[in-house]
Formats: sequence, structure tokens, C-alpha cells
Amino acid sequence: MSGFAQNTFNGLVSGAFYALLALGLAVIFGMLRVVNFAHGAFYMLGAFGAYVLLSEAGVPFWAALVIMPVGLGLLGMALERAVIHRLTKLDPLYNFLLTFGLTLILQDLVKLRYGVQSSPYETPSLLSGSVDFGLFDFPTYRVFILGFAVLLCVAVWWVLTRTRIGMVVRAATERPDLTRAFGIDVGRWVTPVFGFGIGLAGLAGVLAAPMRAVNPLMGADLIIVVFAVVVIGGLGSIFGSVAAGFGIGLVQAWGEAYLSTFPLVSQTIVFVVMAGVLLWRPAGLFGREEAPA
Amino acid sequence: MLRIENLSAFYGEAQVLRDVSLEVSAGEVVTLVGRNGAGKSTLLRCVMGLHPGQRGTVELDGRDITRLPAHKRARLGLGWVPDDRGSYATLTVTENLTLPPTVGSDPWSLERVYEAFPALYTRRDSAATMLSGGEQQMLALARVLRMGARLLLCDEPTEGLSPLLVQQVGDLLREAKRHGVTVLLVEQNLHFATGVADRHYLLAEGRVAEAMDNSEVRSRERELLAYLGI
Repeated sequence: MSGFAQNTFNGLVSGAFYALLALGLAVIFGMLRVVNFAHGAFYMLGAFGAYVLLSEAGVPFWAALVIMPVGLGLLGMALERAVIHRLTKLDPLYNFLLTFGLTLILQDLVKLRYGVQSSPYETPSLLSGSVDFGLFDFPTYRVFILGFAVLLCVAVWWVLTRTRIGMVVRAATERPDLTRAFGIDVGRWVTPVFGFGIGLAGLAGVLAAPMRAVNPLMGADLIIVVFAVVVIGGLGSIFGSVAAGFGIGLVQAWGEAYLSTFPLVSQTIVFVVMAGVLLWRPAGLFGREEAPA
Repeated sequence: MLRIENLSAFYGEAQVLRDVSLEVSAGEVVTLVGRNGAGKSTLLRCVMGLHPGQRGTVELDGRDITRLPAHKRARLGLGWVPDDRGSYATLTVTENLTLPPTVGSDPWSLERVYEAFPALYTRRDSAATMLSGGEQQMLALARVLRMGARLLLCDEPTEGLSPLLVQQVGDLLREAKRHGVTVLLVEQNLHFATGVADRHYLLAEGRVAEAMDNSEVRSRERELLAYLGI
């Protein structure tokens, strides 16, 4: 029983990372109709930034947890203004080329300076040790990640469903043209929303630094699964992306623990689930089919 | 109030409006009638600023708004009632009503809207797309009245409604007119059109074929119905 509980907890923790990344992708896609393939690179920059801040300037984890999301969010807003916004009128192929190209540039810039080896990042002292849950012990840091991610998802949900800003974002996501006709300058909201999505990716990166290997390719490895998560949840569905994020984390952890006779099960099971969901519901679990234009 | 001059509109290579000129005075209710594909909806979209391929001039209160984006036109008092009713599935009924900022001098309060539409009040926390077609039409009209729009652009508000609901839409438009609201209306239902409107423009193949008043439409109803293919 304690083994199962532990696997479940581990699944929820990796699910928390998927959820934070998928949430950012979902709000960006909803508002801009741009699939941001560079999302993993910003996650990596978040982790790397935290590492560089600590090792070269002695800036602690807690400060990095604020500095990196804000800094990357601003960088994201600048990129949106400079290049991303040009994608809206172009063939979707350019969307892929530009954001994938950005990924390669960001990864290689980091490689150029720091090489490809992984760097260790110490768990902040406040969160070292473990929490006793009776049946099993669990590292304090992972408990913190899970709690923090859940709080953040709830906060985003609250803003989206209970505030005027959230209402405008939902309306603009669902029907941008119609929303303009009701006197709302949809374009004004696009840049901050993009920055917010990138900031979430950066935040997930900082959270990952103490428990995952910090290296230039850490985002590239993760983002493939996150895209599967977004497709399963329904592209553009905020709730779907979060639910699917935690769900896939669980499925992976259970698969690894109980289907270990099949090699590589944790890497492939996501895509088996995705294929199944797409056969059953082509728009994803919580997605709505787009009305023909 | 609204003046359109030499307006042409295109979908790619295809021209759907050819040098349309027309005027709507303040406080008037004017309909656009015509067959499907005559360009009526495109004309409304051009006035709202939602159609990218256009040439010509659109003036509101003597001000050239041809280059103005849709959200700025809305803030000048244009109220958009789209043919699909424009209900947001991800917004509740109340949110659908309060989404547009209030712009005019005489916006309806939410209380007044709910008093006039008890059905909307009882469903106020439901997703707007869960309402019946008739309720969604009322929601679309109530939304622009709450906004305080001075010129309503209504695209076939009676389409697919039962006779009782058509009558309600008519009552609502007449009440809006009494409060000084101007309406440009796309309408296939001639009986309804003559009941609420002052004047009518017949559009054919992207041009204004005729301008008519109520008595003319009534006396030529048979001929017009045959022409419209209804």
C-alpha cells in the first residue's frame, strides 16, 4: 500500500510540471492561435537561470523563484512584439519554423557558454529533509512543488473564472473577432498573455532545478510529453491541460511501477494514451471542436 | 447618423458589394432586404469593421470611421447583433451581458435587462450556449442595449424563431427606437420588416436596387416575396 501511495505521489509531482507547462501552452494557443514549440526552452532557461544566479551571484532559490519567471515573462513579451505576432497572418508552418528555430537558438546559446553536462542545484535548506506521512516518508521539496503547483493552478483558474480580465481572456480566446466588435481591444491582451505563459514555463524550470538535472536539453526532453498532454486535454482548454497534466503524471508513474516488464513503458505510455483519446475524442478530453471558419 | 458611400467589398477575387451608397438618420429603423448572397451581411460587417477587403467610405455622425478598428467603432456606439447570435460558450449569461463596456448615454442596467427578460435571469449562471435559440437572440439584443449602443446592427434577428418570439423581438426593437436608438436591420421577413422599420433598401447582386418605404413594400409584397424566393 505504501508503495502505491508513493508512486501516486511521485506521479502527481511530475504531473505538476506537465500541468504548469501545459497551462502556459493552453493560454498562449487560446489567445494567439500559436503553438509555442519554444516552451521547453523557456523551462530550461528558468532552471539554468536559477543555477547561474546561485553559482555566479549567490542569489538564493527563493529570489530566483521570482526573478526568473518575471524576467522570462518580459523576454517573452519582447519576443511576441518582435516576431511572434507576425505569425497570426501566416501559414501554420511558419509557426513551427519560428518557434522551433527559437528553441535551437536558445539551447545552443546556453550550450556555447556552459557545455552540455548537467549541473547540480542544491535543494534550499528550508525544504531539505522529508515529511513523514505515516505510511511513508516523502521529500519535503517534492511536497512543496506539489502544493505550490496546485495553488498556482487554482489561482489561475480563479483569475480566469472570477475576474473581468479572465472573462475578457475567455471571450477573446473563444471568438476574437466577435469580442472586438464588443469594444474590446483584443490585441492589447495578446502580449501580456504570451508573457504570462512564458513566465509559467520559467517558474516550472526554477522549481525543477533542485530535483532534475540542469542541462541545455532538459526542456527538449520534457516538451514532447507536454505536447501529448495538451493534445489529450484538448488544445486550448485551460482545465483540460491541467487535468491531463496531472493525469499523465499518474499514468506514467503507475506504468513505470506496475508494467516494468515492458521496457521504456514510461516514455511510450503517454503516446498510447494520446492515440486512444484521439480515436475516441478527436478534439481531446475537454476540447471543443472548432467551428468551421 | 450613418452614411455609406461607394462601398465595395471583396472575398478574395469575388466582389460582393458594388458601390453601395445609403444613409440612415438618427432614430430611424432601416432594413436591408435581398436574396441570400446579395451582400446584406457583408454590408453590416463592413459597417462594424469586421470585413478586411473593402473600399469606399463609412461615416458615423459625420466622422469618417472607414479605417477605424472594430473595437473603436463599438466604443462610438455601434451595437453588433450577429446572425449566429454571438453567444459565448465559455461565458455565463451574465458575463455575456457585461462583457462589452458601456458606451452610450443610456445604457440599460443589468437589473433592467433581467426585469425585461425573466428567462435570462433564471438562467443567469448557465453557459449562454445552453439557452434556447430564442433566448440566445434575446441575449444578443439585451447585450447591446445594456452596452448603451446608439446604432444597432442586427443580422436577421428573427431567423428560426417562433411567431411569438418574432413578436417579442419586434416589441424590443420598437422600444429601443422609442428611446432614440437607430437600427440597421438585415431581414427576410417582410411582414416583420414593415412592422418595425421606417424604410427599406433592396439589395441585389451587391448593389442597392431600390429604396422603398413601408407602403411601397406592402403594396408590392407579392412581387417582392417572389423575387426573394420565399
